[in-house]
Amino acid sequence: MQIVVDLNRCQGYAQCAFLAPQVFELHGEEALMFTPAVPDDQRERVHRAAAACPVQAIVVGERAGPGVR
Amino acid sequence: MSGERYDGRIVVVGASLAGLRAAETLRDEGFAGSLTLVGEEPHLPYDRPPLSKQVLLGRVSAQDVGLPSRRDVDARWKLGVRARGIDPVAKQVLLDDGERLPFDRLLIATGTRARAWPDPAEAALDGVLTLRTRDDADRLAERLDAGPRRVLVIGAGFTGSEIASACRERGLEVTVAERGPAPLVGALGGTLGAFAARLQRAHGVDLRCGVTVTALNGGNGRLTGAEFSDGSRIEADVAVVALGAVRNTEWLAGSGLAAGPRGVACDAGCRAFDMYGIVTDDVFVAGDVARFPHPLFEYQMLSLEHWGNAVAQAEVAAHNMVSPGPRRRPHLTVPAFWSSQFGLNIKSVGVPTFSDQVVIAQGSLREGRLIAVYGYRGRVTAAVSVNRAKWLEHYQHLIETAAPFPPGPGAADLLDTGPPVSSDVPDPQHLSHGPTVALTGHLPDRRLTLVRQGD
Repeated sequence: MQIVVDLNRCQGYAQCAFLAPQVFELHGEEALMFTPAVPDDQRERVHRAAAACPVQAIVVGERAGPGVR
Repeated sequence: MSGERYDGRIVVVGASLAGLRAAETLRDEGFAGSLTLVGEEPHLPYDRPPLSKQVLLGRVSAQDVGLPSRRDVDARWKLGVRARGIDPVAKQVLLDDGERLPFDRLLIATGTRARAWPDPAEAALDGVLTLRTRDDADRLAERLDAGPRRVLVIGAGFTGSEIASACRERGLEVTVAERGPAPLVGALGGTLGAFAARLQRAHGVDLRCGVTVTALNGGNGRLTGAEFSDGSRIEADVAVVALGAVRNTEWLAGSGLAAGPRGVACDAGCRAFDMYGIVTDDVFVAGDVARFPHPLFEYQMLSLEHWGNAVAQAEVAAHNMVSPGPRRRPHLTVPAFWSSQFGLNIKSVGVPTFSDQVVIAQGSLREGRLIAVYGYRGRVTAAVSVNRAKWLEHYQHLIETAAPFPPGPGAADLLDTGPPVSSDVPDPQHLSHGPTVALTGHLPDRRLTLVRQGD
């Protein structure tokens, strides 16, 4: 699983940092730092965090990059 | 509706954020033809903002910053290959490996690259780096891991400031050399520039403003230190050249397009102009390399080096590539960007450099939580928040409605914030290394002298 956060949208509500603290962390008061490559054991938590984000800033993909052929 | 726009061959040159989002949008909108993406870097699209933050802090590996796949784009990817030109008559993209890619419609999303240090011999010293790509970040993170005695950052724009922040957070000594009067001044003007200077010094940065680096010194091929225009010198094991970005337009020389050092000019619907100012209907532009008119800023041609602009403009370009005239959309998004450095979250909406005055509308510089509002000729054109992102939306509305400047009271904590002062932004007529937003209106490229330096 791979994620990116639209940090223009993010307003530092920190719901993600409560729901998946190993992936999302506030750096200082409101700067969000996230781990783009989500460890397998965090997938469920990240899905919940993405759903809970008040500004829907978290984009989740099942893998990095589009299919290459 | 005619089906032909949903078929045929689309080539996207540039396989980063804008190229990927355009490809996804093309398929979302029903494009069923052949799609080819060309990327100079050997990697699938990845996210650049973490490179100067999480990656330099050692929290995320540079290999792990890939952008998520939102949908299958069913494309042919030509990665690790550079486009060298366009044959506008035959409608082909020429690649460095000799292949010619025929297209019916073309999207140019070649972005920017880091400006190289002007002295090739000094630039080749071991320890002299830039930061733009995944591979750059990998190399720099490795150097920081090795515990250099001192890092020199040349240029205090956003990238340089974020690098300095990461160094200090890792406990590394860092010197920042900025030729302007303060960090970030090219993007945010004098008031927040002075704030950023105090912030950097409070975090232990050896910040030197109003100086240039006159020489990088080496011994046995390795960087040993640097000399400054004020006669001082330092010892350093690592130097990061953060002198802004250069738009990747050289490959379009001879294409007949309006492409130059300020970008590729296009209309509000992302259609490229040719060198005579005639709009094309089969060549589109998006992302950092685009230069487009914005009605909120007096139709100035803007070039934005912003993540959000790459996304929004790519989506508009892709939509217009498959839509007939009346269904096309303009790219009207209010420019926005963010930076995190020295524990602060800095966010901007509008164009701070399109201003003559600035006022602290909420919060204060002293407490490090504030909104600075910028105005131009009596209307609001930009707002920047420091650790107060939730307040920004209100000011975005003021920008979108061309509300009067200075903004009226209304905020609960509006205290004695002082009168508006000169925003002290650089003259947009000069090409500058720091702004990340370039106002390029009323300046035909042909009047510029382009000095090509070694890459």
